[in-house]
Amino acid sequence: MQKLVVIGAGMASGRMLEHLFEAAPGAWDVTLFNAEPRGNYNRIMLSPVLSGERSYEEIVTHDAAWYESHGVTCRFGERVVGIDRARKEVIGENGTVAYDKLVIATGSEPFMIPLPGRDLDGVIAYRDLEDTNRMIEAAAPGARAVVIGGGLLGLEAAAGMRLRGMEVTVVHLMGHLMERQLDPAAGYLLRRALVDRGIEVLCSANSKEILGENGKVRALMLDDGTELPCDLLVMAVGIRPAATLGREAGLAVGRGIQVDAQMRSSDPDVLSLGECVEFEGQLFGLVAPLYDQAKVAAATLLGEEAVFTPREVSTKLKVTGCDLFSAGDFAEGPGREDIVFRDPARGVYKRLVLEENRVIGAVLYGDVADGNWFYGLIKDGTDVSDMRETLIFGPAFQGGAPADPMAAVAALPADAEICGCNGVCKGAIVAAIQNGASTLDAIKATTKASASCGNCAGLVEQVLAVTLGDDFVAPSARPMCACTDHPHEDVRRLIKAKEIKSMPQAMQELGWKTPNGCHSCRPALNYYLIADWPLDYKDDPQSRFVNERNHANIQKDGTYSVMPRMWGGMTTPDELLAIAAAAKKYNATVKVTGGQRIDLLGIKKEDLPYIWADLNAAGMVSGHGYTKGLRTVKTCVGTDWCRFGTQDSTGLGIKLEKRLWGSWTPHKFKLAVTGCPRNCAEATCKDLGVVCVDSGYEIGVGGAAGMELKETEPLAKVATEQEVIDITVAFLQLYRESANYLDRPYKWIAKTGGLDWIRAQVVDDLENRAALIARFDISQSIYQKDPWAERATPEYQRAWAPLADLTQEAAE
Amino acid sequence: MSWVDIGALDDIPAQGARVVRTKLGCVAVFRTADDQVFALADRCAHKGGPLSEGIVHGHKVTCPLHNWVFSLETGEAQGADSGQVPTFPAKIENGRVLLDAARLQQESAA
Repeated sequence: MQKLVVIGAGMASGRMLEHLFEAAPGAWDVTLFNAEPRGNYNRIMLSPVLSGERSYEEIVTHDAAWYESHGVTCRFGERVVGIDRARKEVIGENGTVAYDKLVIATGSEPFMIPLPGRDLDGVIAYRDLEDTNRMIEAAAPGARAVVIGGGLLGLEAAAGMRLRGMEVTVVHLMGHLMERQLDPAAGYLLRRALVDRGIEVLCSANSKEILGENGKVRALMLDDGTELPCDLLVMAVGIRPAATLGREAGLAVGRGIQVDAQMRSSDPDVLSLGECVEFEGQLFGLVAPLYDQAKVAAATLLGEEAVFTPREVSTKLKVTGCDLFSAGDFAEGPGREDIVFRDPARGVYKRLVLEENRVIGAVLYGDVADGNWFYGLIKDGTDVSDMRETLIFGPAFQGGAPADPMAAVAALPADAEICGCNGVCKGAIVAAIQNGASTLDAIKATTKASASCGNCAGLVEQVLAVTLGDDFVAPSARPMCACTDHPHEDVRRLIKAKEIKSMPQAMQELGWKTPNGCHSCRPALNYYLIADWPLDYKDDPQSRFVNERNHANIQKDGTYSVMPRMWGGMTTPDELLAIAAAAKKYNATVKVTGGQRIDLLGIKKEDLPYIWADLNAAGMVSGHGYTKGLRTVKTCVGTDWCRFGTQDSTGLGIKLEKRLWGSWTPHKFKLAVTGCPRNCAEATCKDLGVVCVDSGYEIGVGGAAGMELKETEPLAKVATEQEVIDITVAFLQLYRESANYLDRPYKWIAKTGGLDWIRAQVVDDLENRAALIARFDISQSIYQKDPWAERATPEYQRAWAPLADLTQEAAE
Repeated sequence: MSWVDIGALDDIPAQGARVVRTKLGCVAVFRTADDQVFALADRCAHKGGPLSEGIVHGHKVTCPLHNWVFSLETGEAQGADSGQVPTFPAKIENGRVLLDAARLQQESAA
């Protein structure tokens, strides 16, 4: 087998290996070096991670498991110190590896302006996940950041940090933002949109020095003496090829490692691709040409003919709410003409640059729907003389009446490009559909269309719909309800990312189609807002299901059941006397429940505030037996009484219940603590169950004993009660923050892809565990209150009685 | 019609309801988000659930027992369900909610 060594696990090399394994599985013995201690993620999606609209897990493209499944030897976290081309060896920090072919895909390094103070703590670039995490960590409300660089990355960084509540200033050297992609007019609109979001933008501003204090960044000083105070300074002024390894190995290097059209360097056994290469004097930073290079490099390794040709690229800014598109060349010049459309009130600006009756550049702001069509015209060099008068209005207005988008997609030729990132044309997607791919995910898996930035997902779905006709099933992420097109996941994400803190704001910002929702979405929105903004959002009783509004469980005849809390299933003679008295007074049916409590059934609504007052007087509080919230902690008698008990299961159950009660969760949440593996408290079918053993406590999660029967899965085994409590709180909080409304934990766990991610968050990462606990405690400071005590008042006694009684008047 | 004052509009929570006892059973008086009032029999056409405890959305209410949805304007079940809940004239005057007592008595006599 031939030996292939790849240096750098990035988007280009990952794609190259995919092509290679697809064409010739098992033909190569591959070793992969990566300085970052992980596999490959979709770098262009770091901005949505920063803004909180995506998670890191969602942007991973090739993880260690993927490489392993293809037999790749991964040397992650290990730097390559040199290449010995004479002996055909790569020298890593931990030893050398021989190669027959070597691929250098070391990517690029952020360019750091050599300002005084650039070594201070808190001065970072915006390049990788570490930088992204630095920004996320720094994002305390009121914290200040300065971004140097008003290009694509700088603005995405600024918008992301602003969404996380930071005060952000962008410092840009040039006269307008994104001057390489935008003309001044569009740059102005973009600036205005950013200023509206509370981002300060300084153009024509020259940085002079970074000021520090105790080794940490304090401010940026401009050359006019202005000081911009900041806790974090992000430099996003550009990238340069990481070509040092190639240069030291004696390869021909200009600005990057020079390659021919087959991606070979000056040494035919050494290939290079990605942002580290230079081809015919050109460098590459956008993803589409890199994927072309990956295809060519794989072909070269396989001994096939392939030629890399650079192509026109288009750019989109990934800042939610700022729609911006640019492609081609839009500098003014002799022989060039402009077509411009402005609608200032809507904030729409479109500009096309024409040369010899062909579109050579397009800038769209505010309405980018036609971007791909213009991009196609640029790429194909289409003669537009015939449609010049209506060109700026887009494809819908060419040749008569506006066409519906489906017809427009149907009319696209087979070689029309649908996915710009991956260079997938309509024909390839149609072919995949004819071979059985019938969903967006299947198309992603087979063609890569929409698998990178995802902007073309809608277009791909339209191709699916056009090709499959009636067989097309709408996307799997179902909308929450008929009031919105957003699935639960999107709504949760956007409530966090856009800092949506009220129900009207949610419906406005997320485009609700009904004036005030429905019985399905309102309780979900109310929960999401409670969970994400406990201090800001005010609970809306009218968006609660009757049980949570009335704090009792409605029965088939319209009466209610009342169930006081019995901590860990323990009670006292005095409590029992009070319960008995209340049952007699309000004529209740008495039932012992499976959750080790006593239920009083048949209580009329108008009597609720009175029976609560009676039970409160005996020291009892609501058992929340009616909520999507913390229900009960079932226990056995443990070491207090049982001859088999290994730990104080009752005491631990009571501690857990005292800590957790009152919290709202996506669905009901039940716990149990059992004193030994005999499991008398039935802990292994609970949302979270603790089984005590001699050496400590086994925590299991995701059990169920309802419509579905499921045993818990082991989450952690710990030695102390405190660890049980901490992990339980962290698990509950993570569930509160990320599950869909009405998903019990076992469903949520399945959707997150298993317990590994959850275990990493709540068990392994102690810092994150502490942060989850802190957020839970903030929520509890608001919501751990007895709802009965708050409602056992004369106001409620009045409000819950009939408004009027006309039976008397009718008799008169 | 003989209008009878049953209480202040502010006694009914927006997007909520209060109950009025009558000879023919309870009547639910709803107040919608746009501050209109509607009166319907407080018995779901399906299994008799108390509509007054349902979630009010637009000019509709969802029964708390099995999620049947009724128009507050016509009392008709929405969607795939079919059924009808009696409605009664209701109006707001000077911040007070009025029901047609004659109508209520007439039905009770019927």
